[in-house]
Amino acid sequence: MSDIAIELRGIDKSFGLVHANRNINLTVRKGTIHGIIGENGAGKSTLMSILYGFYQADRGEIVVDGKTVTIKDPNAAIASGIGMVHQHFMLVENFTVLENVMLGAEDSQILNTSIAKARVELKRLEKEYALEVDPDALIEELPVGLQQRVEILKALYRKADILILDEPTGVLTPAEADHLFRILGQLKDQGKTIILITHKLREIMAITDEVSVMRRGEMVATRPTAETSVEELAELMVGRRVLLRVDKGEANPGAVKFSVKNLTVRDGRGVTMVDNVSFDIRAGEIVGIAGVAGNGQSELLETISGIRKAVSGSVDLNGTPIDMTGNADPRDLRDRGLAHVPEDRHHVGLVLKFEESENSILGYHHDKRYLNGVFLNIDAIRADAEEKIQKYDIRPPNPRLRTANFSGGNQQKIVLAREMERGPDVLIIGQPTRGVDVGAIEFIHKRIIEMRDQGKAVLLVSVELDEIRALSDRILVMFAGRIVGERAPDATEGELGLLMAGVEGRKEAAE
Amino acid sequence: MSNPYAKLPGWAEYGLIPLINLVVAFMVAGLVVLLVGENPLNAAYHMINGAFGRGEYIGFTLYYATTFIFTGLSVAVAFHAGLFNIGSEGQAYIGGIGVALACLWLDKTMPWFIVFPIAMFGSIFFGALWAFLPGWLQARRGSHIVITTIMFNFIASSLMVYLLTRVLKPLGSMAPQTRTFAEGGQLPKLDWLLSIFGLDIGNAPFNISFLLALLAAFGVWVLIWRTKLGYEMRTMGHSPSAARYAGISETRITIVVMMISGGLAGMMALNPIMGEQFRMQLDFVQGAGFVGIAVALMGRSHPAGIIPAAILFGMLYQGGAEIAFEMPAISRDMIVIIQGLVILFAGALENMFRPAIGRGFASFGQRFPVAAQKGA
Repeated sequence: MSDIAIELRGIDKSFGLVHANRNINLTVRKGTIHGIIGENGAGKSTLMSILYGFYQADRGEIVVDGKTVTIKDPNAAIASGIGMVHQHFMLVENFTVLENVMLGAEDSQILNTSIAKARVELKRLEKEYALEVDPDALIEELPVGLQQRVEILKALYRKADILILDEPTGVLTPAEADHLFRILGQLKDQGKTIILITHKLREIMAITDEVSVMRRGEMVATRPTAETSVEELAELMVGRRVLLRVDKGEANPGAVKFSVKNLTVRDGRGVTMVDNVSFDIRAGEIVGIAGVAGNGQSELLETISGIRKAVSGSVDLNGTPIDMTGNADPRDLRDRGLAHVPEDRHHVGLVLKFEESENSILGYHHDKRYLNGVFLNIDAIRADAEEKIQKYDIRPPNPRLRTANFSGGNQQKIVLAREMERGPDVLIIGQPTRGVDVGAIEFIHKRIIEMRDQGKAVLLVSVELDEIRALSDRILVMFAGRIVGERAPDATEGELGLLMAGVEGRKEAAE
Repeated sequence: MSNPYAKLPGWAEYGLIPLINLVVAFMVAGLVVLLVGENPLNAAYHMINGAFGRGEYIGFTLYYATTFIFTGLSVAVAFHAGLFNIGSEGQAYIGGIGVALACLWLDKTMPWFIVFPIAMFGSIFFGALWAFLPGWLQARRGSHIVITTIMFNFIASSLMVYLLTRVLKPLGSMAPQTRTFAEGGQLPKLDWLLSIFGLDIGNAPFNISFLLALLAAFGVWVLIWRTKLGYEMRTMGHSPSAARYAGISETRITIVVMMISGGLAGMMALNPIMGEQFRMQLDFVQGAGFVGIAVALMGRSHPAGIIPAAILFGMLYQGGAEIAFEMPAISRDMIVIIQGLVILFAGALENMFRPAIGRGFASFGQRFPVAAQKGA
């Protein structure tokens, strides 16, 4: 027995022309929490997929517990004691906890005997690791935090000694995340080894023992967490110094530019996603909407930008009342001065197969300056795109390049340039920095503040609480489709966290 | 990924991959020929000779190609908006009504160059009408276009049987067809075009609707890549959610695109009706609408790809007929098998060789980074 849990030697992996992992060496010591941090696309997920047997490395070897192993599929990974908790849970929604845990690991063909055995084992695991879950609860009825716990139990049930967690806190409230970290701490104390993949520096600092940084497919550094700092890690991730704070002056809110009035939205199944929401945004202020993903923020954005119909409610845009239950279409709202940076740039904000210049007119393609009669004025469109590329430092600076070939940050800049350069009165932004590299985040935040200082009304929705707190002048918290509270940006994280979890909010709403 | 998505250079994407697919298709077809005890090289010779060996053969090949350009464009236009129009067959069939009516009305009094444009508008009108109904049903009622266009093919077929046996058939005739058109309903052949190359057109019905097909191909290119409507179509085709975000009306685009697609399919009827038979017969479309799907797939829905793909299928039709004639062991059905293999490899299995070729380029790029960058 060595005290090294996993050692990767010279792992190399390419997808076609993309070199996702270059000669990666990594040593994870037994009984530690090892963080792997890097920007989106740095190759973290590829590396972990190789370790878990989803992909095969082109070169290099994997040593688990002192033995060189070949991991050709997830079953082989499980046999080597490696378990994985995916970012998107792999659970059967209409199965119980117990059924999910034993799925694929049944002892015999007769289900009853397997269930009985599994129940005993699950009870034991729950006790040993203090991971209480009702074994007979249906997955779909459990909150996200508990679903994640089931994923962990699944791995433990399969006798995993090494647990890989891929961006585990993306869907959790701060309180749930803290709870997860406590569980990970306990697992570590029991001798389990944990690999935590994340792009959140704070989490790395909070719970890891060691941290490895990846950049562009390479492992650039490994540090004991105690001997490094957030600034150093950020610099290693990006490859240059980055500004982590957002500089912004006082807001000078003017008249109300945009108000949402009694908006109610239901989804296709008739579930109420936005429940009688009302709020105002003034000229020159940023209103942030905080909340755990899936509490109606997406539906709210889609509705007030005209993509989705409301059941009831209206908006006031520049003093014009617009009924949102009828045909409030996105084009009409754009003409009235509303710009929208959607949450999902890959499927909504951009057409990835288009040339950059084609995307830079999406939604504004009716504009006379891009047209000659019914024909596109290609020269004008490209010239306009060039201008935006210059101004927003979009790289590579080629308006004819396919949009899919730009990095996440540059894609987001394409969308921002398009929506901001119109000089809208109201700007709605969803997840401005999701999947965007640290370097571009700085730039995007600056632009958003600039828009505010120019007197625009800005609505910001983000699941990154830090971002909301850094940018907003007022914070609204959304829970279960309702605005459950308003706070100043200097509210503590704990306070906002309670609202986001719906604990405080219920009281406040009842009062 | 922040790294660029693996993309092949243009010449590999549009040249090499279709070529490899085609070669594999012919190799498998060769095995089938071997299986029935014939020499595949012999068959290949007869196919190529039968398609290009003489001016007359070339004329036939291009005559078929004309038909397939129209139906290929029809399918491709719908593809660009994300719509799978399987109804080009029926739309071409109904489009024939427009051609026949114009000819029956004017052939005795007007010269062809007056009748031709009127027949063209007639074919577009009827073809578009036949595509409008499924388009409207999809846009307003959510009936899936693949299902409705297939059903409309059958309806078209029954309707034409009725029209050709009851309404359009001259009194006393036993054949389900219109009367033969007079001079005004007959398109001039393109014998002069072939004679430039020193070829004799012989009996081949290669006619000026070929030029119209080329014009239509250019028109489709302009429509897709140079107009606002084309931009909206492509947006919807690539990403319906982005189209909604951009305020593009799915209803309007669906209906308009289906009508354009139907109109192009309808124009196909000009070629056999005014160019070859000088009358409208039962089943004159002969599956060209379905071949159009293969042509559009193989030509990557780009007019510049559709024209060569249509000529390839013209060659398969004409050369295939020649094989069947020269080699009795190979029946007409065998030719259908060969065409099916081409469709299978060029269309359905289009991505089969792509990963391997991508890897090849990647390793080439590692060894000769500069050369590969120039290539990309």
